[in-house]
Amino acid sequence: MTRITILSVLVSAALLFYILEMVRRRRLREEYSILWLAGSVIILVFSLKRDWLEWASNKAGIFYPPSFLFLIGMLFILLILIHFSITISKLYQMNKKMAQELALLKHSRSTGHDEEPNTIPTIDPESGVFQKSGTE
Amino acid sequence: MSNAAPAHAEGNKGKTPRVLVAIPAYGEEKSIGGIVSSIRRKLPYDVVVVNDGSLDGTSAAARNAGAITLDLPCNLGIGGALQTAYQFARDHGYDALVRIDADGQHEVEDIPRVLDPVLRGEADAAIGSRFLGEKEYRISIPRIFGIRFFRWLVRWNTGYRVTDPTSGFFAVNRRLIEFYSHHYPSDYPEVDAYILMHRQKARAVEVPVRMYERTEGKSSITMYRAVYYMVKVTLSFFINRIRRFG
Repeated sequence: MTRITILSVLVSAALLFYILEMVRRRRLREEYSILWLAGSVIILVFSLKRDWLEWASNKAGIFYPPSFLFLIGMLFILLILIHFSITISKLYQMNKKMAQELALLKHSRSTGHDEEPNTIPTIDPESGVFQKSGTE
Repeated sequence: MSNAAPAHAEGNKGKTPRVLVAIPAYGEEKSIGGIVSSIRRKLPYDVVVVNDGSLDGTSAAARNAGAITLDLPCNLGIGGALQTAYQFARDHGYDALVRIDADGQHEVEDIPRVLDPVLRGEADAAIGSRFLGEKEYRISIPRIFGIRFFRWLVRWNTGYRVTDPTSGFFAVNRRLIEFYSHHYPSDYPEVDAYILMHRQKARAVEVPVRMYERTEGKSSITMYRAVYYMVKVTLSFFINRIRRFG
């Protein structure tokens, strides 16, 4: 085993353990852990199975197999960051909708008559998108 | 959402149309009261001021002048604030909505002129243009460049022959109120709106309006913001061309 192999085994095993522990303690939601887990498992497997790594990096045209590990790691970080950008956009959308509903609600409360009984927003748990009961 | 035209908007011809004047405002406590009371004095329309999260006296000044006020708990940008007004108009059955700026650049007396094509059913949207009038409107060189670029962008992509693509003085009918209450850009919505209208096959016309130099403060468009504005608007313009609405 080369030093880089030992290092990547240790790091990916620690990462795997840490992510699982965070999920177990409900500090990290399952859906946000999937990419982390997949990434660390793949790096761990390739670190342990040197011949798999050599085969794969050969196929990819990379002469120094451990650098293939870096490539995988970077690709996963890229994926995770894109995932975050999407999540932030979704949260922004929900936040905007919530602010608008709140402004409208504050007004209808202050005027005393609620003219919109059927417009209590609900969140679709799949997409995180608000839906208005009664209008869909 | 359903795209079907609301029945009551079409079958409402005999009745006086209900019009809502919408003013998105952020930190405009000095000018907002005068504009609201001027509208209330001259026109039989409701006025809604959407306070976009500002903590000064904007909301109180607007309310004292006779406006309905909607207070957003955080700053959403002009488009996000305006969308709240569309939602209000949708929920309270208004037939048309006019947007006018809070900073006194638009002439309150031009409101009926902007509304006219919409109320007569000739157009789904009518946009006030400062370049159609007889008065020369002086603008800086970079602005001319920006306006020419957006004119070309809009015309090339939608076929609307606009003269003032960034105008924030316009009226829309019930159909667009309902559409915009679901889909509207959060900031810099004016140019984007042309693609949205095009996608909705809306009829849009321009009408001449007067426009004044700003009375309070300077324009918010600095060099950096201008570049960001061009890039952001162009991007979301093209995205809205290929986006699905439903």
